[in-house]
Amino acid sequence: MKRIAEVFRQLESADRTALIPFITAGHPQPGLTAPLMHGLVRAGADILELGVPFSDPMADGPVIQRASEQALAQGVSLTLVLAMVAAFRRDNGHTAVVLMGYANPIEAMGVERFADAAVSAGVDGVLVVDYPPEESEAFAQALIARAIAPIYLLAPTTSPARMDAVARLARGYVYYVSLKGVTGAGHIDADDVGRHLAVIRNHLHLPLGVGFGIRDGATARAIAQHADAVVIGSRLVQEIEAAPEAEVVVRAAEWLAGIRRALDLPPEDGERS
Amino acid sequence: MANYDYPDARGHFGPYGGVFVAETLMAALEELRVQYRNARIDASFHQEFAYELRHYVGRPSPIYHARRWSEQLGGAQIYLKREDLNHTGAHKVNNCVGQALLARRLGKRRVIAETGAGQHGVATATVAARYGMDCVVYMGSEDIKRQAANVYRMKLLGAQVVPVESGSKTLKDALNEAMRDWVTNVETTFYIIGTVAGPHPYPMMVRDFQAVIGRECLEQMPEVAGRQPDAVIACVGGGSNAMGIFYPYLEQTAVRLIGVEAAGEGLATGHHAASLTAGRPGVLHGNRTYLLQDDNGQIIETHSISAGLDYPGVGPEHAWLKDSGRAEYVSITDAEALQAFHDCCRLEGIIPALESSHALAYAAKHAATLPRDQVLLVNLSGRGDKDMHTVAEKSGLSF
Repeated sequence: MKRIAEVFRQLESADRTALIPFITAGHPQPGLTAPLMHGLVRAGADILELGVPFSDPMADGPVIQRASEQALAQGVSLTLVLAMVAAFRRDNGHTAVVLMGYANPIEAMGVERFADAAVSAGVDGVLVVDYPPEESEAFAQALIARAIAPIYLLAPTTSPARMDAVARLARGYVYYVSLKGVTGAGHIDADDVGRHLAVIRNHLHLPLGVGFGIRDGATARAIAQHADAVVIGSRLVQEIEAAPEAEVVVRAAEWLAGIRRALDLPPEDGERS
Repeated sequence: MANYDYPDARGHFGPYGGVFVAETLMAALEELRVQYRNARIDASFHQEFAYELRHYVGRPSPIYHARRWSEQLGGAQIYLKREDLNHTGAHKVNNCVGQALLARRLGKRRVIAETGAGQHGVATATVAARYGMDCVVYMGSEDIKRQAANVYRMKLLGAQVVPVESGSKTLKDALNEAMRDWVTNVETTFYIIGTVAGPHPYPMMVRDFQAVIGRECLEQMPEVAGRQPDAVIACVGGGSNAMGIFYPYLEQTAVRLIGVEAAGEGLATGHHAASLTAGRPGVLHGNRTYLLQDDNGQIIETHSISAGLDYPGVGPEHAWLKDSGRAEYVSITDAEALQAFHDCCRLEGIIPALESSHALAYAAKHAATLPRDQVLLVNLSGRGDKDMHTVAEKSGLSF
């Protein structure tokens, strides 16, 4: 949690937007996950989201489902994902790492056991897609007690009452899902996102990340005018999928560096600074 | 089980059920919850539902005394609740009519569904045609191969059948895909879930729509058998036909409730679909329930000769009835189900669905151990026309 807060504090004073890439742990193969994480940090990532593969990723589109299936076929488990984070931490003590996944692997391990293992691996936040606040009070408290941030999703359809329910449990940042849909789908309307974020800011006093639908420098930059962080998942996983194995780290890092440059360009006329 | 009052306001049956979905679906589920709550206390909704069940589905379905089979077994008397005689040939249509009426109240003109054996897909396509709605049915490509006739029926009824190629290419993957469609098209689309699983309010709503089965039995049994049964037996995949017949009997504690799961090639082989018998609690498809999963919490591939039972989870209310001891859950192998299928064909002139054949097989096995004055009521949840290919293949024949 401390690393996440530190990232946003520093970025805010520099007036920059956080860049949060998402990759599926163990994709395209387990040995590449820690090198990929380091590569993305060098390319300008502020926080890393690491997808925990699950057999039935209901909220993900085909790209991330394929990546999950590929990782699972190579024996990637939640235990192994935590080991990957621990390996990354040996060489990086400052970049926040957030796990993103589904409830069942965590429940199979046991919530308390998972929370202990996550804190000793060096995990900073956990987003469980199918744990809305109504069903995750105990889980969130177990994380908070260990200084790990429970991270929640908000949708364009989230009611103000539910924003307040999320506000009560959420720490670190909140992840606004910019499209009603699965990961990797459709187009993004930055002004619409801006209007929603303005409403959310009345209910929640945490940094707001925006994800689902950001595919290039231009869309990232448009969103960055409204958001504190941009999250890039499917598009990056696609890049990883398309690269020959020997070039995966370089190609993913190059692609993300392009997004970083777009985010860091000085504002043009008509853009908010 | 007196004053049985589940689920609670948030859809929990003890520790099971609930709403475990991504934020993107919460608003739609909330809308559905409110609309269903209103419909539940609206007499005109009940009247319309009852009218459709009577005149379109053909209810009430009869209860039939399987006299020859019972005599041959030499034990308890077996009675069959004939859901196979419903329009579309299974119990599934009861729920589809209810949800389609609800969709209409919500002003949604497009319905989607997932299907395993194809029965729920056919029932959904049927009501979509009946009420003039667009219909998309998601079906695992493995199941499409196993159930070609039902796929064609859905197309005849005007539905679009979308093959699902991900995962094990069966029911659970079709459910994932339908859920994705719903997330993307939630404003225009009503998702007709076919079983008593999924996020609240589905398990409760589907149970309520299917409970017409058990309510009719409560009325019919005294007339047909002179009394209520000693046990009610039904197959359990997701568990909708079982919940439908069990629910009105929950407070009649003298009546045993027995759910029959698919033991596939045998529980010891690992090739089965017996989540209550061999699984452990977890979270999948929007609810907490018993799941077939590995040590890492990954859902494992299931097997059953009947596509409709081939599912790694089970409705959360069954999980609760198991833990609370109100219902018992047993399992029947592919081979035992096939034997019951053939016995039912030859002794009673009824071709049962392979799903229902699991309930029949357990009833036959159990009846043989009981005195002749005992009464077993079996939910014959569907007819077996759709299973001709599967059964023929098992007998070494092909069309």
